[in-house]
Amino acid sequence: MIEHSIFFYFFSIIAIFSAIMVTASRNTVYSVFFLILDFISISCLFIMIGAEFLGMIMLIVYVGAVAVLFLFIVMMLNVAQQKNEWFSSSKNSKHIPIGLLVSLIIFLELIIVVGGWKYKPGIFTSSSIKISSDITNTHSIGNVLYTDYIHLFQISGMILLVAMIGAIILTFRKRDGLKTQSYFKQISREKDDGVELIKVKSKEGVKFDV
Amino acid sequence: MIEYISILFDQTYKILFLLVPVLVSVAMMVWLDRRVWAFVQKRRGPNVVGPFGLLQSLADALKYMFKEIIIPASSNKVIFILAPVTTMTLALIAWAVIPFGDLLVISNINVGILYLFAVSSLGVYGIIMGGWASNSKYPFLGAIRSAAQMVSYEVSIGVIIINVLLCVGSLNLNDIVKAQHNIWFIIPLFPMFVIFFISALAETNRPPFDLPEAEAELVAGYQTEYSGMMYAMFWLGEYANILLMCSLGSILFLGGWLSPIDLYPFTLIPSPFWLIIKILILFILFALVKAIVPRYRYDQLMRLGWKIFLPFSLLWVVITSSYLFYFDLLPGN
Repeated sequence: MIEHSIFFYFFSIIAIFSAIMVTASRNTVYSVFFLILDFISISCLFIMIGAEFLGMIMLIVYVGAVAVLFLFIVMMLNVAQQKNEWFSSSKNSKHIPIGLLVSLIIFLELIIVVGGWKYKPGIFTSSSIKISSDITNTHSIGNVLYTDYIHLFQISGMILLVAMIGAIILTFRKRDGLKTQSYFKQISREKDDGVELIKVKSKEGVKFDV
Repeated sequence: MIEYISILFDQTYKILFLLVPVLVSVAMMVWLDRRVWAFVQKRRGPNVVGPFGLLQSLADALKYMFKEIIIPASSNKVIFILAPVTTMTLALIAWAVIPFGDLLVISNINVGILYLFAVSSLGVYGIIMGGWASNSKYPFLGAIRSAAQMVSYEVSIGVIIINVLLCVGSLNLNDIVKAQHNIWFIIPLFPMFVIFFISALAETNRPPFDLPEAEAELVAGYQTEYSGMMYAMFWLGEYANILLMCSLGSILFLGGWLSPIDLYPFTLIPSPFWLIIKILILFILFALVKAIVPRYRYDQLMRLGWKIFLPFSLLWVVITSSYLFYFDLLPGN
């Protein structure tokens, strides 16, 4: 098992280092790159404990989609300037106290979870899920997710859908005077709709009403 | 200790036997691409260096090697150099799970298809890093375009893969190929194959969806500031990705390494041959599309991805799963 520990420490040191660098680096684009490195090393750790499905989904969803959008936004916005305004301008910022409060709550929650794990080891044995070792973990996740926990699964799907619709509605602005393309209109145009033959009288010209 | 060294040696030998042919065939593919493109346009294409111009790519590679690598003064140097390396590495590591025959594969993992999908979705990073680190307008615009484009088309590729997985019941690539023993999935899932092909074009930034490097608008897109071997690495990575998408298409829909007819004279031919033939056919289709179809406008590209392909492939998931459920054809576990 020596090589297993070597790989475990390798990935976990990279994960912790990059997690620290996410908050410590001054360049926000670097922060996102470190976040990506963090996700990748965490997914390697998932694969090492045999949860290859979770590891791959982590790569696909977080690294392949979410972090791309992060990077997209961080590159487009001038986040560094905004951060400097919050931290070094003379007037007080509202964001910092709220951020501190949220991170304090998360920290307390983590302490509760880790403490519960430490002092109540029976919490895992009382779990009702039977994990069988002769089917792949993709199968076993599917077996519990779509049978015992189908309602929770669907509720989380609904929450995501509502959040998505909310985000669209918040950012949606109706603008006037936009020229949009309608493919059906374009394709269904006949020759008569576009071309009109007019007899032009000499020295009088034609008047169009477009 | 000696045991580890022998395992390491064994694996290295296997990997070299896969990667060297892949790299050589990438160079040949560039030649084939230009040749097909030229024939459609009634030109001759590269035909001077070597027989039929076969050595043209080698001559190009030599030229790139001896060119100076210019790193712009205002660029972010580390990320600028890492970008082509990322593209190239990601294009090559995915070949680890491609089966060339029954269990003739470097790593036969349970979630092979997810691995391929994950690696191909990471491919966008090389482009974004290159575009951002160049610190110049055209590369940046190209990077932003490709980020949006590749994320959108990944979604429809994911849904198409779900269609195939419903018929197989396993995420292992070897099982996916074996499930097509009776009928290749291109026949029951033909609309999905068409959508997969078009999405693969968009995912690899091939024409008509090569907006990240649209030369009329963005000079060369994210590659504008690159020169010499670094440009060549982007280029090789791009073609290795195209080959990867072709092999994914032939594994998912064209029966991978299975022979078209399961009879005596055909079964004598070794299985890697069939996979290579299928990859070649798909690649020639890619090259033909490049020559025939004009480039899409950006809003048309996004409309195609989100408003047409995504709903259609989702609808097809519903149809496939209802059909399998109703006729009790769902693969058991």
